Amino acid sequence: MSKLGSLKLPLLILAIVLLVLLPADLTGMGLPWPGLKRYGIYILSLWLVTAIAAMGVNLIVGYAGQETLAQAAFLGIGAFTTALLTKAGIPFFLAFLASGVLAFIVGVLLGFPALRVQKQYLAFVTLAFSVFAWLVIRNEDWLTGGVSGMAVDRPVILGLSFKPALTFYWFTLAVTALLTFAMWWLLASPWGRAFTALRENPIRAESLGIDVRDYTLLAFAIGSGYGGFAGALYAPLVEFIDPAPFALAPSLLYLLMVVVGGAGSFIGPFIGAGVAVLLPEWLRFAEDYYLVIYAAMVIALMAFCPTGIVGLIERLLTPRRRPHADDKGPALSEAKP
Amino acid sequence: MSTVLEVRDVAKSFGGVHAVRGVSFEVREGEILGLIGPNGSGKSTLFNCILGQLTPTRGDVLVDGRSVTGLRPSELNRLGMSRTFQLLQVFPQLSVRENLILAGQEHEGSRFGRLFGPRDAGLSGNAERMIEFFRLGHLANEKAGGLSYGQQKLLDCAMAFMAGPRLVLLDEPAGGVNLTMLANLKERLQAINKETGATFVVIEHNMEFVMSLCSRILVLAEGAIIAEGPPDTIRKDPKVIEAYLGH
Repeated sequence: MSKLGSLKLPLLILAIVLLVLLPADLTGMGLPWPGLKRYGIYILSLWLVTAIAAMGVNLIVGYAGQETLAQAAFLGIGAFTTALLTKAGIPFFLAFLASGVLAFIVGVLLGFPALRVQKQYLAFVTLAFSVFAWLVIRNEDWLTGGVSGMAVDRPVILGLSFKPALTFYWFTLAVTALLTFAMWWLLASPWGRAFTALRENPIRAESLGIDVRDYTLLAFAIGSGYGGFAGALYAPLVEFIDPAPFALAPSLLYLLMVVVGGAGSFIGPFIGAGVAVLLPEWLRFAEDYYLVIYAAMVIALMAFCPTGIVGLIERLLTPRRRPHADDKGPALSEAKP
Repeated sequence: MSTVLEVRDVAKSFGGVHAVRGVSFEVREGEILGLIGPNGSGKSTLFNCILGQLTPTRGDVLVDGRSVTGLRPSELNRLGMSRTFQLLQVFPQLSVRENLILAGQEHEGSRFGRLFGPRDAGLSGNAERMIEFFRLGHLANEKAGGLSYGQQKLLDCAMAFMAGPRLVLLDEPAGGVNLTMLANLKERLQAINKETGATFVVIEHNMEFVMSLCSRILVLAEGAIIAEGPPDTIRKDPKVIEAYLGH
């Protein structure tokens, strides 16, 4: 096991504790940490929501080996479903579930014909869908508010208001933890193994009884469902939604996050989303050159480490293992029936 | 012995190229049938037609008397048909054990049951037995991509047997395998055949290997069967010598 592998559990616990405490004012507990201001808490919450959407893309791209250019559209489906349902008086919990389920269903409906072609053709189909969904959001004023957008309230669940930034952050963190656990469960199950198989060698997978069409469709729909869940959190986080965040360019950014973080790595989407959300803050001094710097970093990363930041870290932490004569196992000549 | 596989007048054309021209044969239960022929004679195309990778231009494939033509490879696998490929087809990023579990998991329970069931689909025990049987024990946790060619070939074969198939089609199992390993591969295959009664169809270019492993040989040339019989008869058949053996 690599150094990184043996540190997984302690690192996970440390990360959770840090994420819970980071934005909170700890001076009351005698610790010299005043917590984060409202904007800092917003950025952290946005990172979590973005990571959920990127986890979905990672399932589709990194594990199942397909393409998607429509994750922002699925975010839009989730965001507007939650906005419209909560406005109609439906409890947030149900609206949240409906957002994920609707995105899943749209994923199935879109994927069913599209996955007959797969890969780059699926990319074109999702690209077309992305533009279509954005046009619907922009032009159907009666439903979405069009370019004027729509205000969204933060939820009140069982009498507890999630209006304050810190409370909503903790809520987002809890939901992210739940969805992350669900993704881990899925990937560690025989389904996860089947997803990996269809990425690595679909012809062999099919010959082993793995229904490549069904599993690809499932990966695409579940990944899209994660986009829906992210959208359901995004709407109350920003408290106002308009068509812009659900266009094609943000979809490309979700794909980029997964590639930069490390496609097919469980932690990759969190790192990729972190880079996408935090880097603009760090690069504020560069103003309009932010995207140029970002692009240059991505080109450099892809050229020198195509497995993304996670791949880079693993490469640095794992000692090089060179083949050695003693590595050979017993020769088959020693085998006995 | 009953007929497990029946191929009836199967033909496959790619545009104007007739790769397989109306081939018919039967394979009996427990038999090890060899399929030989020069390069380009249509052996692998015939395999692909039998196993659903290709749809035959005409003809029918029957398993236990039931037509399976047009079924997808995954459906055929779940009916108990398994295969290896001419070129190595393991999953390099998965460990040897994971490759084997993957090879058997779709036969265990329902798809949704597998999502909430044990992570190994209850197959760790079977995988360990297969690892021991193919003498891969010291490599169980190694990524398959890091194995030598011969070891990957063994894993490839082991995967084909993981789900306890009734009918196994092996496409050049001896290709690229050294002589020592070859003798043992043959021994392993014969042992499985004896223990489980599984039926094999083997494509092979290595004459010694195929003649000593198989009880009956079919010879394919230019997409058609030109000879059929026990190995000793095939060796002496003038048509075979002319078309394939070359001496």
